[in-house]
Amino acid sequence: MEFHIASSTEEVCGLLAEDPTREILAGGTDFMVEVNFRHKDPSAVIAIDRVPELKQWRHDGDAVSIGSCVTYREIERGPLSTIVPALAQSARTVGSPQIRNVATIGGNLGTASPAGDMIPVLLALDAKVIIRSIDGSREVSIDELITGVKETSLADNEFIEKIRVPILRGPQEFLKVGPRNAMVISIASLAMVTDLERSAIAIALGSVTAAPSKAREAEAYIQDFLDWNVMTVESSALPNFRRLVGEASSPINDHRSSATYRKHAVGVLGQRALLRIFESRDDG
Amino acid sequence: MSVVDDTVEAIPSGIGVSAVRPDGKEKVKGDFIFSSDLSSEGMLWGQTLRSPHSSARILNIDISDALSISGVHAVLTADDVPGENIFGLERADQPVLANDFIRYAGEPVAIVAADHPEIARKATDAIKVEYEILSPLVDSSAAITAKAIHPEGNVIRYLNIVHGDTEAVGDVIVEGEYEVGMQDQAFMGTESGMAIPSPDGGIDLQISTQWLHSDQEQVATALNMPIEMVRVTLAGVGGAFGGREDVSMHVHLCMLALYTGKPVKMIYDRNESFLGHVHRHPARIWYRHHASFGGRLVKVEAKVILDGGAYASTTSAVLANACCFSIGPYSVPNASVEGWGVRTNNPPCGAMRGFGNVQTCFAVEAQMDKIAKELNLDPVEFRLNNALKSGDTIITGQEITGTAPVREVLMSLANHPLPGPSSNNLLELPGGTGRTTDGSHVKRGVGFAASIKNLMFSEGFDDFSEARCIVDDGFIAIQTACVEVGQGFVTLVQQIVQEILGIEKVEILPADTSIGSAGSTSASRQSWMSGGAVMKACEAVVNSLISDLSNEQGVSFERIGTVLVAPDGSASIPVSDALRGRNYDETVVHRHAPTVPLDEVGQGDAHVSFAFAAHRAVVDVDEELGLVRVVEIATSQDVGRVLNPVQARGQIEGGIAQGLGLAILEEIILQDGKIQNANFTDYLLPTAMDTPTIEIAALIEEPEPNAPFGAKGIGEPPVISSTPAVVAAIRDATGLDLNRVPIRPEDIALG
Repeated sequence: MEFHIASSTEEVCGLLAEDPTREILAGGTDFMVEVNFRHKDPSAVIAIDRVPELKQWRHDGDAVSIGSCVTYREIERGPLSTIVPALAQSARTVGSPQIRNVATIGGNLGTASPAGDMIPVLLALDAKVIIRSIDGSREVSIDELITGVKETSLADNEFIEKIRVPILRGPQEFLKVGPRNAMVISIASLAMVTDLERSAIAIALGSVTAAPSKAREAEAYIQDFLDWNVMTVESSALPNFRRLVGEASSPINDHRSSATYRKHAVGVLGQRALLRIFESRDDG
Repeated sequence: MSVVDDTVEAIPSGIGVSAVRPDGKEKVKGDFIFSSDLSSEGMLWGQTLRSPHSSARILNIDISDALSISGVHAVLTADDVPGENIFGLERADQPVLANDFIRYAGEPVAIVAADHPEIARKATDAIKVEYEILSPLVDSSAAITAKAIHPEGNVIRYLNIVHGDTEAVGDVIVEGEYEVGMQDQAFMGTESGMAIPSPDGGIDLQISTQWLHSDQEQVATALNMPIEMVRVTLAGVGGAFGGREDVSMHVHLCMLALYTGKPVKMIYDRNESFLGHVHRHPARIWYRHHASFGGRLVKVEAKVILDGGAYASTTSAVLANACCFSIGPYSVPNASVEGWGVRTNNPPCGAMRGFGNVQTCFAVEAQMDKIAKELNLDPVEFRLNNALKSGDTIITGQEITGTAPVREVLMSLANHPLPGPSSNNLLELPGGTGRTTDGSHVKRGVGFAASIKNLMFSEGFDDFSEARCIVDDGFIAIQTACVEVGQGFVTLVQQIVQEILGIEKVEILPADTSIGSAGSTSASRQSWMSGGAVMKACEAVVNSLISDLSNEQGVSFERIGTVLVAPDGSASIPVSDALRGRNYDETVVHRHAPTVPLDEVGQGDAHVSFAFAAHRAVVDVDEELGLVRVVEIATSQDVGRVLNPVQARGQIEGGIAQGLGLAILEEIILQDGKIQNANFTDYLLPTAMDTPTIEIAALIEEPEPNAPFGAKGIGEPPVISSTPAVVAAIRDATGLDLNRVPIRPEDIALG
């Protein structure tokens, strides 16, 4: 097997241009499992986890640019945890400390599992993914990148360079349901972010849709019942809101859970996230 | 800087102290040699091809492509089994390699040896097997009358226990149906071993197992080899819990080594491990309890169906336990219990910690709570009203002649203080790291359960263990074939020698088949059986020493503690001093009191001794999402005598975690007999965030007559009643019936 350890993004571009069948290896926490289970038999691999610019994050105007090889651990515990709190909350739910020490944000997007825990947070935040190749850079949204179950719009010669995440002023929540209290694949998850400057709320769902998905109807519906000055929500709106969040999902039955439970759970998570951010008030 | 002089403080020694494990340091540092670390010059790697179908007929196997791969040394099938192509722990009914029918998904079909594990894997992929796929029998109830899937029929055992007046009727009648899912032992070290052909034409097998001599016998039959030519040595075991009692790769390794003339090693990966060992029997259980208005049990009726999967393994004995102890640790004058251990095309089931008692305990404890509620009695009070005591008779007609401190166990636990209120930290509430649940969503529940477990082998089995004590100029070596699976027998051996001979340093010789059988490391039996054998071997050395001293000095010494004392007190000498310059070699066989088989109505003194435990679980439940956080499990246990407090706590904590696992997490999920979650991503073991504070309310020390040092086995009781205690607590919080374990979030949220 051919194995390359890249030291710069240019080198990665060159290696992929030379042979687009070469596969990208970052933290390896999904990749190596696939290899061990023989679901993947790569003939050539490019390790990108030692490329310095991919391992860094920096402020970029009203956003942060997070290199694709920044680890969960860094996001969970480093300064990013206060800049993008929901991303840190989602990072904490993933695997064990050993996994989080090596698993990367770029890997979570590249694997494109419906249960990828950072995906709903990044979607809710309207993060942009910067994709590189020898031909240059292009920028896509999360739902443009991830097109289906473990499917992305990445071309063979492209790789994820960084993720540009807007810095919002306003509370953020990530909630995830799994049968175990830690180290568990999500059955249903939900990210809710607010932007106090624009009085905006965004909600995205995890593990309950094939591709990343927002609860747009629920977002629009609840706007009318929010008071952004005092951060309250009319309690009468809650049942409908919860129903709309559930209806935004299209979950499957599998060995992890039933579709019925997933739909139920994601609605509950929506209501709970909302009530952590907005205090419930009885109508006039 | 301070200097610690560790020679000043005496190292704890003898029985009853927290002696340190002799292999502890190596295990903590990663230096311990587990079976997966075995290696040998010129070693080949073995790999197994398994059936993807749960029921099929093999039409043809073509190995030619696999054989043509460079680096492949052997591809063997059923035709290559040198002896009888059949093995089994209690009855031989399972092929070493499938030759006509496939009866479960994962059944071995062919084996390969190659220079490299990856080549071996590619070779198994290259074997072409033509199957005629059949429709699998996967329903355990239907199996009783369904067309037989095995020449020996589908009912592995039917057991009927009739006790007292079966026409008796109580004032209050409570009925229930219960189900237990398939739990896995999930030991950390997967199956691994190595076979080395020996110059005399025999075979040396190094393997992680639970019972060397049972392996030896089954391997010799399959290889058609005299038993003494099969030498089995224990390789470092990474946990067992019953899952290593059956033969797995043993014969395969030996076949490949004999065929190639080279050492062959195998390691199952995690996925294959789930296919490579037996699991806990799934159960369907029906109960009807009768009680008097006065709060006494009048009659218990039960029907128990255990799904044994494709082959018998220990199903018969598991069924006996499930039925004999289906009443729990209670006295009842009348009972009628029927049990079926059946064959299906599900994965084979056999021994797992708790061995049949787990399944009926879950169900019967739910029944006990139901009747208590019906009678408006406190659950503990109702249990106390009916608690077994020494001298009582269980439903098999056997009188309990040993200790039975059920009342003491129950009372000490009930009196233990409850934990404080729910945490304010989201991570310590249901949902944990998922941050789903605030304190406002939480309901607190408390549940209580108690259990009975038989110790050692039952039903007339000739149960023994052999031990050898070698004295070489005052140095001691002990040999047994007792398998150390992590339970701490190696620690106990040292403690026994210290207790009797007063000698600190003990060499423990490798466990192998050059000495007589120690029986299995299971059934909570090794401290009693092999511990007893070591005790007797040490005593035999003392007796020889006393006899030699008597011949030499004309004084008949007597051992008091670790000192030899003349009858008139005129002389005394420590045993350790007297052994200096002397050599002894004593081998002793230790047996427990004999038992008898159950008769046609399930009566007979089939069991040796009984141990009791109770658990109280406190849970926080998020009803809306169905998530649970077990806050605390407190326990009291009847132990006879504590031999090593730290090791006792280890057994209790580990067992409780496993019992909690069955209550809310652990299940092998099957679809048409195929395992859907053969990995630790989806077979969910409790993590540190799921395992609660464990409080030991009391260890009841009433020495058991006839037990070495008065000690009862303590390994299994912690797992048995912890499951129903957790479920009872969740019922208390939610008011739901919850008649199936493990409980899934949707059982609560959508229940």
